[in-house]
Amino acid sequence: MNKSYEVYAQEVEPLSILSPEGKIINEEEMPNLSDDQLKELMRRMVFTRTWDERAVNLGRQGRLGFYAPVSGQEATMVGSEFALNKEDFVCPGYRDMPQIVWHGLPLYQAFLYSRGHQHGGQIPEGVNVLMPQIIIGAQILHATGVAMGFKKRNQKNVVITYTGDGGSSEGDFYEGLNFAGVFKLPAIYVVQNNGYAITTPFSKQTAAQSVAHKAVAAGIKGVQVDGMDVLAVYKAVQDAAERGRNGEGATLIESLTYRFRPHSMADDTTKYRTKEEEGEWSLKDPIIRFGKYLESKGLWSDEDTARVKDEAKASVAEHIKKAETTEKMTVAGLIDSMFEETPQHLQEQKADFS
Amino acid sequence: MAQMNMKEAIRDGMRVELKRDPNVLLFGEDVGKVGGVFRATEGLQNEFSEDRVFDTPLAESAIGGLAVGLAVQGFRPIAEIQFVGFIYEALDQMAVQAARLRYRSGGRYNAPITFRTPFGGGVKAAELHTDALEGLLVQTPGIKVVVPSNPYDAKGLMISAIRDNDPVFFMEHLNLYHAFRSEVPEGEYTVPIGKANVVKEGSDVTIITYGMMVHTSLKAAEEIEKTKGVKVEVIDLRTLMPLDIDTIVESIKKTNRAIVVQEAQKTSGVAAEVIAQINEKAILHLEAPVLRVAPPDTVYPFAQIEDAWLPNPARIIDGLNKVLDF
Repeated sequence: MNKSYEVYAQEVEPLSILSPEGKIINEEEMPNLSDDQLKELMRRMVFTRTWDERAVNLGRQGRLGFYAPVSGQEATMVGSEFALNKEDFVCPGYRDMPQIVWHGLPLYQAFLYSRGHQHGGQIPEGVNVLMPQIIIGAQILHATGVAMGFKKRNQKNVVITYTGDGGSSEGDFYEGLNFAGVFKLPAIYVVQNNGYAITTPFSKQTAAQSVAHKAVAAGIKGVQVDGMDVLAVYKAVQDAAERGRNGEGATLIESLTYRFRPHSMADDTTKYRTKEEEGEWSLKDPIIRFGKYLESKGLWSDEDTARVKDEAKASVAEHIKKAETTEKMTVAGLIDSMFEETPQHLQEQKADFS
Repeated sequence: MAQMNMKEAIRDGMRVELKRDPNVLLFGEDVGKVGGVFRATEGLQNEFSEDRVFDTPLAESAIGGLAVGLAVQGFRPIAEIQFVGFIYEALDQMAVQAARLRYRSGGRYNAPITFRTPFGGGVKAAELHTDALEGLLVQTPGIKVVVPSNPYDAKGLMISAIRDNDPVFFMEHLNLYHAFRSEVPEGEYTVPIGKANVVKEGSDVTIITYGMMVHTSLKAAEEIEKTKGVKVEVIDLRTLMPLDIDTIVESIKKTNRAIVVQEAQKTSGVAAEVIAQINEKAILHLEAPVLRVAPPDTVYPFAQIEDAWLPNPARIIDGLNKVLDF
């Protein structure tokens, strides 16, 4: 290729494996998954959708605190986590509760976290996750540090971290990618580009051709993937994980996706989105699309969907009950959680609350 | 026993811990080959390899965030922020992420991180290289703040900071790095975090201070003792969070008068907190209001007028006279 003093970025096209009709259109990239694994991916997506619907209702009833809806993003969330080992680490952003629950965080703790109970974040031993990060982009750096830890201990594990298209504008995002490039770290940075940072559209987020292009400046691999296609997401993360485990460094994955609901429980999507746009994206619904594929293979039916929905509803009911009956945290307990040993001034402040 | 200046003592403290515990890592901008812009880490990369002591890209937030991620993985990072004025870039990672990790995880994770930063005026450094920002950190729940004033304390406090299972913000006064040498034991010893030091005993008035101002206050004490015939007690706080209020109260009970001297701007800082706690615990022992001797609430005027802006012995003596003559 001829050299040029001007830097060019080529146009990128997202990796897709399934057509919206559920047909394999990219046999070459088809991941090697057993029938049971394919069914498990579907089960998890249906479960997550049902849990999301229930969580929105629970939020309206005042039984959950802050909750960020996930419907529409299941292929990215479920598919990416499914490509990891249990020993790999997950550093989520605020919307990424499904990934850490599928990675091992008990569901009732997710509910406790939403309700502001400290035990929500008391992750069980052996579950390699952090709780959702509220400061946009801060988790990118934690993942970078965790990845460096894996590398220093010669463990063949990877870290995955998530943010949104808005998060890719943060300084921490660039700093993290840059560190990962310099130290060649086994990290996977997933940007779930759902088109909006709360209400600000992607066109006002960056003038770059894509989020994936931002990998170029950091000297890491960058890929773009159809985030409504669970097989494509799985494949992209599997490839990235393999590179990480082989010492080939970090990958930035831009996943093009869409949230069917508002950013949180409060914003009005009609103020910033059109019905036409929502309609177009609903045609790409990851559950319908993957369901059609599985049905064509005789692996899934409406009865299976109904069964998983019932299972999810029962599970949510059980776990919200467990969250609601967990003893409330106390101010005294909170004070004692600030330091390993509670210093004298805090001991004295604690006396006012006992 | 070896004679060391404060910089060498700090370096020796880090060396002791790097040697003792393979989980201790040291990183920041320029800390590796060259040993830091003040040479505080000189020789450590050579001794412990680039795997343990390493340069990072120039990005303060990432240095802080890297430390948090490594802490989650069981390491004990020593993260250097090259100059104090640059900590604003890293405040989210220090004051929000590291300081909240224990709370957020219900105790599952902790952040045994030592954030080191040079600070302190009187050296005619560039803008935003010397400001006293300890008050920002002291008001942050979950982080400890340490400011040594001499080589012995610096090494012992550094070892305590690295061994502490909570984040410690360790502030190294630029004016004290090379100011003087004193005896520092070789090998391991600790100076406890949260314990003040009565550096000079007296009976008539107490000066409560820390860092470089310990030395400025001692000068002032010596002068006023000559001219006025009073005995001044000087307390070096050594740790600003947690604050050793017991040592302060003991002193107030003896002297009944006090001033607080700090290099940071006057309002809402460490001195204000010390006085608030004296009010809560020892007001009936006071014969005069406790005064602050501190710079005005302006930006730090680097270089040209910093000597006039910073507390000096004359201003400290003025403060002492006010409480003595009240």
